[in-house]
Amino acid sequence: MKVLQVIDQAFRTTVEEQDDTILWLTQSMRGAGGELTVLLGGHGVYYGLQTQTQPALQLGDWQQSAPADLPRDLTQLLESGVPVYVILDDVTERGLSPQALRPGVQGIRRDELAALYDSVDQVWQW
Amino acid sequence: MDHRILTFAFMEPPFESERTVTFFRLLDAALAQGAGVRVFAYEGAVALAFARQAPHGNAVHGRDAEQEAHPLSKDWIAALQAKAAEKGLTFEWINCGLCVDERGVNEVIDGCGRGGPPDLWRYAATAFNTLTIGTR
Repeated sequence: MKVLQVIDQAFRTTVEEQDDTILWLTQSMRGAGGELTVLLGGHGVYYGLQTQTQPALQLGDWQQSAPADLPRDLTQLLESGVPVYVILDDVTERGLSPQALRPGVQGIRRDELAALYDSVDQVWQW
Repeated sequence: MDHRILTFAFMEPPFESERTVTFFRLLDAALAQGAGVRVFAYEGAVALAFARQAPHGNAVHGRDAEQEAHPLSKDWIAALQAKAAEKGLTFEWINCGLCVDERGVNEVIDGCGRGGPPDLWRYAATAFNTLTIGTR
């Protein structure tokens, strides 16, 4: 079975969970043998360009020591064989450059999405 | 009995969003149509099965706890478990264990288990289809 994980929100609980919960879920299921593809759309496209870790939170004397490292997580996904697509139209609409996509991340136009959706058995929109 | 199974992955906590009620309505409708149900509760949704949920009175309504009969999601799960059993349908519920630990909601009602993402993959791989409902 092939599943497409569609992530169109960015930075949802990344401070508390120290990761993106759907990227984490995808990594975990990939480890269990899942055949998965990730599609980043909406604000989620930023993950495809991001190079920095999240800033560590400090509240009073409490200091976060292991903030989210989304570039690392995306790299691990790619290295595990999970294709990662970014919707190019959503990149340009946000004033971002498609040329800044991280190596290994594939751009895809909106008019190409139907074929991507058809290539999998289930589409999970998060 | 041969019947179709639907898998649901849900992330919303109780008492926060109408998405939670809609999710439970979908489960009820699936059972009503003869479909078995498997749920993977992720993030805040693990609190839906928390056994120590307690009803309370409501002074604004002028009602005590018994009169108010406040809805509890653990009771909705139990009701759906009973409905599935009456109809001879599957009803399974697994909470993401790490999500349970970080929230301290380890005590869950009978029939709800603890697991992880591989269980969601197992559920989905053997289901007729899967519906994911994330937080917004």
